[in-house]
Amino acid sequence: MLHVSVLRRRPGFCLEATFAAPTPGIIALFGRSGSGKSTLVNIISGLLAPDAGEVRLDDEVLTDTRAAIAVPVERRRIGYVFQDARLFPHLSVSGNLRYGEKRARAASRIIGFDEVVSLLGLAPLLARRPRELSGGERQRVALGRALLAQPRLLLLDEPLASIDVARREEVLPYLEALRDQLAIPMVYVSHQFDEVLRLATHVVLLEAGRVLAQGAVNEVSLRPELQSVVGPDLVGAVLEGVVVRLDPDSGSAELTVGTGTLQVSLRDVPLGSRVRLQLLARDVILATQPVQGLSVRNALASTVTAISNDDYGAVLVRLDVGGETVLARITQNALRALNLRPGDAVWTLVKAVSTRGHAFRLAAGP
Amino acid sequence: MNGTSGPAELDALRLSLEVAARSVGFSLPLAVLVAWILTRARFPGRILFDAFVHLPLVLPPVAVGYVLLILFGARGPIGAWLRSHFGIELAFTTAGAALATAVMTFPLMVRAIRLSLENVDRGLEEAARTLGAAAVDRFVSITLPLMLPGILAGAVTAFAAGLGEFGAVITFASNIPGATRTLPLALYTAMQSPSGDALALRLAMLSLALGLLGLLASELLVRRVRRLLGR
Repeated sequence: MLHVSVLRRRPGFCLEATFAAPTPGIIALFGRSGSGKSTLVNIISGLLAPDAGEVRLDDEVLTDTRAAIAVPVERRRIGYVFQDARLFPHLSVSGNLRYGEKRARAASRIIGFDEVVSLLGLAPLLARRPRELSGGERQRVALGRALLAQPRLLLLDEPLASIDVARREEVLPYLEALRDQLAIPMVYVSHQFDEVLRLATHVVLLEAGRVLAQGAVNEVSLRPELQSVVGPDLVGAVLEGVVVRLDPDSGSAELTVGTGTLQVSLRDVPLGSRVRLQLLARDVILATQPVQGLSVRNALASTVTAISNDDYGAVLVRLDVGGETVLARITQNALRALNLRPGDAVWTLVKAVSTRGHAFRLAAGP
Repeated sequence: MNGTSGPAELDALRLSLEVAARSVGFSLPLAVLVAWILTRARFPGRILFDAFVHLPLVLPPVAVGYVLLILFGARGPIGAWLRSHFGIELAFTTAGAALATAVMTFPLMVRAIRLSLENVDRGLEEAARTLGAAAVDRFVSITLPLMLPGILAGAVTAFAAGLGEFGAVITFASNIPGATRTLPLALYTAMQSPSGDALALRLAMLSLALGLLGLLASELLVRRVRRLLGR
């Protein structure tokens, strides 16, 4: 477990955050810029000191202001991948990678040079200088450099922020590989829910220096607080399911989610793999009777469990679909026309192409 | 270092080079330390310390030489101590000329080194810290190599300026042929002599060539190092 409970007050900004998250796995610190994510990560690394509070990783106390404990940064064994990579310009890629490796104690060895090079695809880059690398390559080297310092926790502060959207695929698959193949816990700072959806096992939702919500990704996706951070258009339930049928010709797949099945548009995932996907609330359609002659691939029998106004003049309907919770965002007029009440049986309609999914293997899995 | 024979200008050239080289050798480590203190340390009286370091830039060189004479002369507090404990004599020796040159060129050197230290990205030092490097290790493995262009520029500039130091040297170390008569002192002596015009002209041309060479070498060196550092 990673326990963080800290207070840091500065003119114009106050961070007062407490969370506990399971390790290993990827803990996402999610929030808008200025919400205190980077400050929090710097406190965990030891680069910043809290005014009060503590940071504990498993049984070891890293910071405890009451007991006057503050393990120096260089002795924490916490890797840090900075937003701007911060590669040493006077060293080659290989020199950068070896920098932390040379300073790590042999006893704490968890990963070797060759393994890191092959895991991150760094072999063609070893002799190059940092200035000769693309943004994505730089972040991969920074990742490798941090790993070779044999960290027991890895901090990633928006590692994709300085990379073009189109080139983020140069890094994301490697992060997934690290999550699935190594037992090193990670703290991943992001303001893109997409990245959280794809990578995280646990989310801490931050706003103005405070923790609004925390928990597993699918739990947090249902929390109303998320809406104020991501906006109404990106609100939607996150579901996890297993691929039970693949139709490569049409690019569609069938997932079992809860007790039901879902048709989704999904390519490049193996049969039997675990997939996490988000159904955006604005894409979910409700019907009080079975419908015919529609292109919608999924019509799921469900029950309305709650109805609430959202902050943008629309209505969020919470539905139970085979034991899983799904959110639908409809207008006040639609609500009146359908005369929906909690407990009503409805059909939840979901287009196969309107799901955003990623293959996902839980860190504890095989 | 006395009594070496040879044409007067070669003697003066050799001495100038020696004095400048020794002065750079003296002051370089100290200049790195002072630059570090001025850039990174926060303490009361820092502004005063800064002014003190830069004093030789604005004082008459003769005054600097005079103060050195009072402190480091045979009967000066530091001079007497050095003499009785280590047998080192500074006043009126080549080493003394180097000391006077070092004091005069010190601000130039500190300035160049300080500029390069201010340009070192503190974020890189933080990164080194998260990778397990403690303070001295960080300084040696990251900060110092990144400061190298400034250190070299400072050393070469101080060396070039040191070749021509006149006032402080003649006051503190006098004008002794073969020991403290460097290029500018030899030039001055030749100008004082009725038959020295030709020698003075040769010495002046030599100084010019030397200065030009120094500046060019400095520029090329700094460029080369920058490339090595990946900028």
